[in-house]
Amino acid sequence: MSNEIAILGAGMHPWGKWGHNFVQYGVAAAREALADAGVPWQDVKFISGGATMRCGYPGYVAGASIAQALGWQGAEVNTSYAACASGSQALAAARNKILAGECEVALVVGADTTPKGFLAPAGGYRPEDPDWVRFYLGITNPTYFALYARRRMDLYGDTLEDFAAVKVKNSLIGSKNPRARYRKCFTAEDVAASAMVADPLRLMDICATSDGGAALIVSSMEYARKIGKGNAPRVAAISTVTPTFASEVVEMPDIATDSAAAMGVEAHAYRASLPVKAYEEAGIGPEDVSLAEVYDLSTALELDWIEDLQLAPRGEAAALLRAGDTALGGKIPVNVSGGLACFGEAVPAQALAQVCELTWQLRGQAGDRQVEGAKVGITANQGLFGHGSSVIVTR
Amino acid sequence: MSSSDNKPYAAAIEGWHTMGAKPALIGTQCDECGSYFFPKQTQYCKNPQCESTDFTEVELSRRGHIWSYTNAGYKPPTPFVADDPFEPFAIAAVQLEKEQMVVLGQVVKGVGVDDLKVGLPVELVLEPLHETDEDIKLTWKWQPSEC
Repeated sequence: MSNEIAILGAGMHPWGKWGHNFVQYGVAAAREALADAGVPWQDVKFISGGATMRCGYPGYVAGASIAQALGWQGAEVNTSYAACASGSQALAAARNKILAGECEVALVVGADTTPKGFLAPAGGYRPEDPDWVRFYLGITNPTYFALYARRRMDLYGDTLEDFAAVKVKNSLIGSKNPRARYRKCFTAEDVAASAMVADPLRLMDICATSDGGAALIVSSMEYARKIGKGNAPRVAAISTVTPTFASEVVEMPDIATDSAAAMGVEAHAYRASLPVKAYEEAGIGPEDVSLAEVYDLSTALELDWIEDLQLAPRGEAAALLRAGDTALGGKIPVNVSGGLACFGEAVPAQALAQVCELTWQLRGQAGDRQVEGAKVGITANQGLFGHGSSVIVTR
Repeated sequence: MSSSDNKPYAAAIEGWHTMGAKPALIGTQCDECGSYFFPKQTQYCKNPQCESTDFTEVELSRRGHIWSYTNAGYKPPTPFVADDPFEPFAIAAVQLEKEQMVVLGQVVKGVGVDDLKVGLPVELVLEPLHETDEDIKLTWKWQPSEC
């Protein structure tokens, strides 16, 4: 298809919590991706970075900061910010540049250094900022995850054991991923024994924040063929659509939903809207998907995403999980990287890390985590203010 | 109104709710399409089919039903001001029928997640959020109701 670009290289700095400068992680990831692609740094004519908001000014211009660290060589730079979807938007910027014929090869990179504990808003007295308001009232990120989890229990009969089973599944497979931060195989008993953060979610149901860096080398299909990589995995779709008014789901960081009192407005939540556009753009359907990397900010959210990606009918993701269908070797493996459960969230790097995993899987290079015969992978992630993304990679 | 130690009460966020015995959240309603907004929207209507810039301030329904609920088991970061020692509190997302919207808020002290369920009727009350040197800051909270 004409709007495809090739993924020539993927690289990641392992996830962890060291507090080093984010640029260091970005450079390590970029160098690994360049080596993986076999492309000289001088050939990269566009550097597209995902911004980080917690590392001062260099983070706001992350594309330039990392390009400078790799050595200025006259390429154009871009920096995108869309919370956890930053990496996908940076990838979309690179794709646009390539498809417009303005460059052949681009580096897409995201890296972050995160503080301990809850992510907190900027200070002051700022009631005009919904992110400030909700923290002032004591409403944190896990509050929202827990509200959705409780809805699943109430509407579909999901249980605490189901949520724990997601953690057990992801930690088992993630233990085989050398880039994951948490590599211990947790049991359902471990989850049940962890502290209650936001009922019904315990500490082990909720993802941590991590340091990390991820990078991709992408190119035009023509360039890929020219260097003998015409059969490289391809980006077949990038979706970053918003929800539509008036969605009934209260989304982080809002304190209230829109009102659906006006007539004639058909609402769509963005989680379900994202893959619809992605499937359409890629010209495929959920039945074609070999594996999915979804944003398990909480264990219960992995189940929501499975349904949003139409990999199971609404309310039936837990049945899929219980049957072992979302584990490695199952019908539709989900989060074979180990997911956020094993990585923790490194905001501007995370959407790219998902694409790195799909790249390795589609090349058959995922080792102990390999999904047999993987041909099509899909990602899904969410940020703040309706930001989210879904990327489809095919081979 | 004043507290036992004679500090006056004040709204934690000025103008977001009435201060009387039967308090209500103060929102706005679009004069053109009828959409409600909380917090107040006064500049532009967020309905994509409506270009109105005219709004009327309205008190939102004081009663609704729980859409979902949870609690805060860990002390939230600032700007939240925590009691010392920190006491976990419940949080509810409440569906307002007339406005067709969901509003979050803490649940009154003494009511935990075990006392709540999806669909439970609740009403809006005011309770202290935290204290300053000058006054006691009140905010809206949800309280299980009879009807």
